[in-house]
Amino acid sequence: MIVAVNGTATEIAEGATVAAVLVHLNLPSAARGVAVALQGEVVPRAQWVSVAVRDGDRIEVVGAIQGG
Amino acid sequence: MSALDDPLLIAGRSSSSRLILGTGGFANHDVLAAALHASGADLCTVALRRLDPGARSILDVLDAAGVTVLPNTAGCFTARDAVITAKLAREAFETDWIKLEVIGDDRTLLPDAAELLEAAETLVDDGFVVLPYTTDDPVLARRLEDVGCAAVMPLGSPIGSGMGIQNAYNLSILIERAGVPVILDAGVGTASDAALAMELGCDAVLCASAISRAHDPVAMARAIATAVEAGRLARAAGRIPRRRYAEASTTDVGMPNLAVPGPEAVGAE
Repeated sequence: MIVAVNGTATEIAEGATVAAVLVHLNLPSAARGVAVALQGEVVPRAQWVSVAVRDGDRIEVVGAIQGG
Repeated sequence: MSALDDPLLIAGRSSSSRLILGTGGFANHDVLAAALHASGADLCTVALRRLDPGARSILDVLDAAGVTVLPNTAGCFTARDAVITAKLAREAFETDWIKLEVIGDDRTLLPDAAELLEAAETLVDDGFVVLPYTTDDPVLARRLEDVGCAAVMPLGSPIGSGMGIQNAYNLSILIERAGVPVILDAGVGTASDAALAMELGCDAVLCASAISRAHDPVAMARAIATAVEAGRLARAAGRIPRRRYAEASTTDVGMPNLAVPGPEAVGAE
């Protein structure tokens, strides 16, 4: 299936969880300072391993940058 | 006790420094780290953006310095986006604190009052410690306080403009009427602007561009930190009233008569 990860169409295995998407992309999922929104809603860290991503979903993975 | 011994208290958190460092605009993390040290700040803002896995995290710099992270909602134009961003920040940094920015115009970056108030109320109800970036309007500041914001952060002038405090009268009224800490949040261009904010009675100053984009950010961090302390001391010391005419500081009593005596003046005294 195809999901949009930070705006980039990405091929992901059917039934993948949020955690699996982060692993697939070599994103530092364990690191403090990372948060995920799926379809415009926040996915709490504790639910990354249980929430499944569906074909066509939009997933945003954010971290801290300089600002403010 | 000196006014400098009196810590900044926001929502029960005590801070030794009354300068909050905004981390935007530094050329690199090394300059940021050095300026952070020079500033003495123990609270620093960060923003959230799409993660770049290859980039060195700013959190490494802030954690090494032992400062507390204050995430912001920079770049949000609606209450909904700001609320979601605040929730992402809570997940990312494990903090309930949020510097709430809801911008209404991309050229002036002025706050959108209606969206700001809505977002503030929603976030307070959700348990956040909300520090809203607001205008210098005392009525809006009171509304933000009424919905439960832990502080208010009025601008002196637009973000990054370096135009200082454009309406000291509004800011003074806002400060007089506020029941929560007032933190000047935008417009500081140089040290004297930060000193003026503190002399007017602000509880703290947040500064980013004035430091990060200065020719020598580390030296400016020190200058502004010193100005914040000077302004705080001057506020506590109590300035003299302004008057239109001079008031001699030296008495006239005991002035010697230095006139050269003429014939008719001899013995006149």
